[in-house]
This record gives sequence, structure tokens and C-alpha cells, in this order.
Amino acid sequence: MASKTMRSMRTPLARVRGLGSAKEGFHHWWMQRLTAIALVPLALWFVVSVAGMAGMDHAAAVTWIGSPAVTVLLVLLIAATFWHAQLGVQVVIEDYVHGEGCKLVALIAVKFAAVLLAVAGIVAVLRVSFGG
Amino acid sequence: MAEFTLPANSKVKIGDTYKAPEGAKRVKKFKIYRWDPEKGGNPRLDTYEIDLDDCAPMVLDALIKIKNEVDTTLTFRRSCREGICGSCAMNIDGTNTLACLKPIEEVEGDVAIYPLPHMPVIKDLVPDLTVPYTQLASVQPWLQADTPPSPTEERRQSPEERAKLDGLWECVLCFCCQTSCPSYWWNGDRYLGPAVLLQAYRWIADSRDEYTGERLDALEDPFRLYRCHTIMNCTKTCPKGLNPAKAIAEIKKLMVARQ
Repeated sequence: MASKTMRSMRTPLARVRGLGSAKEGFHHWWMQRLTAIALVPLALWFVVSVAGMAGMDHAAAVTWIGSPAVTVLLVLLIAATFWHAQLGVQVVIEDYVHGEGCKLVALIAVKFAAVLLAVAGIVAVLRVSFGG
Repeated sequence: MAEFTLPANSKVKIGDTYKAPEGAKRVKKFKIYRWDPEKGGNPRLDTYEIDLDDCAPMVLDALIKIKNEVDTTLTFRRSCREGICGSCAMNIDGTNTLACLKPIEEVEGDVAIYPLPHMPVIKDLVPDLTVPYTQLASVQPWLQADTPPSPTEERRQSPEERAKLDGLWECVLCFCCQTSCPSYWWNGDRYLGPAVLLQAYRWIADSRDEYTGERLDALEDPFRLYRCHTIMNCTKTCPKGLNPAKAIAEIKKLMVARQ
């Protein structure tokens, strides 16, 4: 920061005001909390259910995934997990990656990866559920 | 990327040692960060041995004693020596605090003293606080109202409304919290930081102010406000016992309320 300060001849106030307020940021913060709240029961349910199936065979797992309630909850779990994850990783990148180009590439990669993994997971659940 | 190690020209080297006078019984070592822009070079850590039997109780007292009796080149800010002016903010024993409020006795072993973290250093223990001061100015920390004040009486406020300012008005702007915040270290050019957000909330919470919406507009930003990740260093380090993290949480609550 010091070196930037010395190179620039803009006034401190011009630099602090920068490009102005984005008047945005609430939605990101709110969705991060909502998905976190949703993940508490979903993750608990998933862990308890999977632990309870220890020792069961493949057919039992397919039957379990195929029951309508489980299909719905699994799809919600996958969606909430990747939504929450990409929001969180976005913040980490914004915190620590300061090169603008590098930051943009990393942010796009994270968003694309989250969508890819979420869709892959949901399609997998639905294929098992609907016997695809 | 964020820098996690000091650049080569900022690495702190071992400096000079100033021995305690003969016959001193209770000797305490003060290891103090020194850097002189006129001499350049790397910063160094000088060691001053002080006889506690011949020194007043606070860390600031020791610094003043060193400057008066041992090494007049030692440079630091101080004024009121009673925790009101906020000048002598520095990092003592690993924690940002006011030297005048920090008893030497509270420090076990040697007393390490550095300038406030992650600010450009002007000299020794004097940091350049231009950016935080400017950030403070940017939140317009004064009463703003369109309703003209009565010519015969002050702008009125109930005792309950006044009570909402408690825990906010006491801030002395020492910037201990501001410079303790990792989020401020990494993004201090865009994140306003805990001290400035507490000041912003002091005016948002003021019942006499009529610009609450505009103030919230100016703060709603992924960096200015939402870089706060509730790390809580600010509240932990505040030498006045205030809670900047709570003030920031109150701003975030108002952002929810106005949706």
C-alpha cells in the first residue's frame, strides 16, 4: 500500500472515495447466511442417514436415493452446498488476490466450477432416482 | 496476492543495547522498533534496560524516560498521558494499545514495542495514519439534518435516544482496532475498517441525524462494509473497552431492515 501511495499523486480523499459505493453487497452477505442456515439441517440429515446405511449394499443405496423425500433433500443439499461454497471462496479470493486480472480469472473459474459440480451432482441424483 | 512476509528492506534487524545504570535492582528490557527515514536502511530493534524502581508505572512513562535520559532520538507520539487523546497508540507485547494505559507490570519478560501494524512508518513508533484519517472524513462524521434548528433551543433527544450513543462516543480514534484487523491489512485501501465503521454508526445511531439512508447507501459495498468477517480483533484490542464489531453488526442489521 505504501508504494502505491507514493507513486500516485491523487489526493488521499480521491483514493479513499475511489469508484464510490457499489450500493451492493447485501445480497451476497444475506445469501451466504441463508445457505448456511439451510445447510445445518441438510448436512446433519445427510451425515446421520449415510452413517445409518453403513454395511448396506448398492441396491439399498439406490432404493434410498430413489425415495421422493430423499431425492428432494439430496438435490437441495447439493445446490445449497455449492451455492454457499462459491460465495465463500469468492470472498477469500477478493480478500487475498490483489492482481485484477488474476482475481477475475479466479472468480470466474470458481463460479463455473461450482455450477459444473452442482449440476453434475444433481443430475447424478436424478438419474439414480428416476432409474436413468 | 496478499503479502505474508516482510519485504527485504522491512526486515527488522538487531540494534543497539543501552545498559541499565550500575546498581539497578529491577531491570526491565524494552525492545523498541527504530527506523529513521533520513538514515534509511532496514529497521532495527534497540534494547533499553530500564530500572523499574526509578520509573513510573506505564509503558509511556518508560518511553518518556528513555527519550529524556537515554536516547533523545527515540520518536513517538504522545500528548495527554491518560487515554483521552489517542496519540500513543502502538503495538506493545503483541497487542495494539495505548502506551499510557498499559502498565509495564502486565508485560511478562521483555517489553516489545512496535508501531501500529501494516501502516507506513514515518519514523520509529510514528505511523502514517493519512488513509484512516481520510476514511474517517469520507463518512462525514458530523450531524446532518435538513430541518432547521430552533433558534431558541438545541436539537432535542430523549434520554433513551442519547443512550444509544454510549459505547460509540467514547472512541478516541487511536486506530488500535483499525490496524489490528487482518481484513484492513489486506484491503485497507477499500475496506473502511472497524474504527471508521464505528464512527459511521455513531452518526447512523444518532436520533438527531436525518441522513441515515444516505449514510447506509455510502456504506453498502462489498469492500467498504462487508470486508468485515467478524474476526473480532478490533473488540479484543480496543484500549477503551469499546466494541467496534458490534457497531459493524448493527450496520449490517440495518442493511437487512431496509430491504
